[in-house]
Amino acid sequence: MIKKIFFQLIFFNFFFLKEVFAAESGGMPQLNPEFWISQIFWLTLTFGILYIVLSKLILPKISANLESRKSQIQDNIEAAEKQREDSESKLKEYEDIVFKSKLEAKKIFKDSREKIIKDINNKKETLEKQINEEIKKVEKEIEVVKKSAPEKINRVAIETSSELVKKIIGAEINNSSISAIVDDLSKKNRNKYYGN
Amino acid sequence: MAANPMTQFEVYRIGPEIRIGTFDISFTNASLFMVISSVAILVIFNLGAKKNLMLPNKLQLLAEISYSFVSKMISDTAGSKAKPYFAFIFSLFMFVLFCNMFGMIPYTFTVTSHIIVTFVLAAFVFIGVTIIGFIKHGFGYLKLFVPSGVPIVLLPLIVIIEIISYLSRPVSLSVRLFANMMAGHTMMKVFGGFVVSLGILGGWLPLSFSVALTGLEILVAFLQAYVFAILTCIYLNDALNLHH
Repeated sequence: MIKKIFFQLIFFNFFFLKEVFAAESGGMPQLNPEFWISQIFWLTLTFGILYIVLSKLILPKISANLESRKSQIQDNIEAAEKQREDSESKLKEYEDIVFKSKLEAKKIFKDSREKIIKDINNKKETLEKQINEEIKKVEKEIEVVKKSAPEKINRVAIETSSELVKKIIGAEINNSSISAIVDDLSKKNRNKYYGN
Repeated sequence: MAANPMTQFEVYRIGPEIRIGTFDISFTNASLFMVISSVAILVIFNLGAKKNLMLPNKLQLLAEISYSFVSKMISDTAGSKAKPYFAFIFSLFMFVLFCNMFGMIPYTFTVTSHIIVTFVLAAFVFIGVTIIGFIKHGFGYLKLFVPSGVPIVLLPLIVIIEIISYLSRPVSLSVRLFANMMAGHTMMKVFGGFVVSLGILGGWLPLSFSVALTGLEILVAFLQAYVFAILTCIYLNDALNLHH
């Protein structure tokens, strides 16, 4: 129902408006030449002033502003580029230093290691020499002891055997005959007692 | 009376009648809006150019974007030779744009909806371009009407067509702007009239149309200013660099 009224209103309105247009139609005001000269005059005046002020005062300023900003940005970019290059060279220097010091450290380490090894070797050698000397000395002593040992033993054997004979038999026996027997025995059993 | 969509284009005197000789140059509502548009342009761009901040504020950004927009438009269509005419095309573009945009405010007067105004602007362009062409190329500028690579038989016809198209440039330029502005504003007025006459029941449909048309007309206002400026650039390009 509301819809019907709505469309009816629109429909009748067209009739109504048409009548209004017909009653008031006076053509286009644009084609009325009454104020043409006035419009041409004021247009020329305002547009002329606008053009002169814009071209002489305002546009050069805007252009200068844009240029100065552009050049400033360019300068800043250049400065940044330079700083970047500086920092790059600094970084390179630093890396060089680190590399060199690494090499030096390696060298020092190597040197000291060699020195220590040399020291150790030297000490080892001297120690070995000392040990060898000691061993030789001891061997000599042993040799001496070895050599003197049979005689002593023989003497002890002779004395004990003469004592034993005296106790058992009660007779004095010539030492020389006992020693002859001991010598003979010791010569026979030398290898048995002192065999190396 | 309010229902007549053409009354908005009527020009009337503001203040006394001024005469120079037989010519009536009274200050009218059209003159008022020309002055308002020019002053608005000058104020906005003066404020935008005043301070040179590294980070531009809104007005400065507006001025600089407009500057580079027009500058790019000219260098794209007319090349680097058109640089001396930058200020003229910039003023033209801004004047037409501001007149169109002020016309979009209700109860204002649209300067560019008058054929005489757009025709005078187009005549500036036409006369200026013709003078520049003759200064740059002498009588060689007439070669514009003789395209190369056309058969001899067709040549008279082509020359006549070229001359007619050249002479109709100011007419087409002015009528395009004037007709667009007038048609848009008339249509908006008609829909506004529908809203009033259909009342609270049926007025919503034309009202929504009116809202949509307002958006469209703002687009048209910008687009027509752009078209006016870019056609000026193209004509200038013809005068500066003879292609034919």
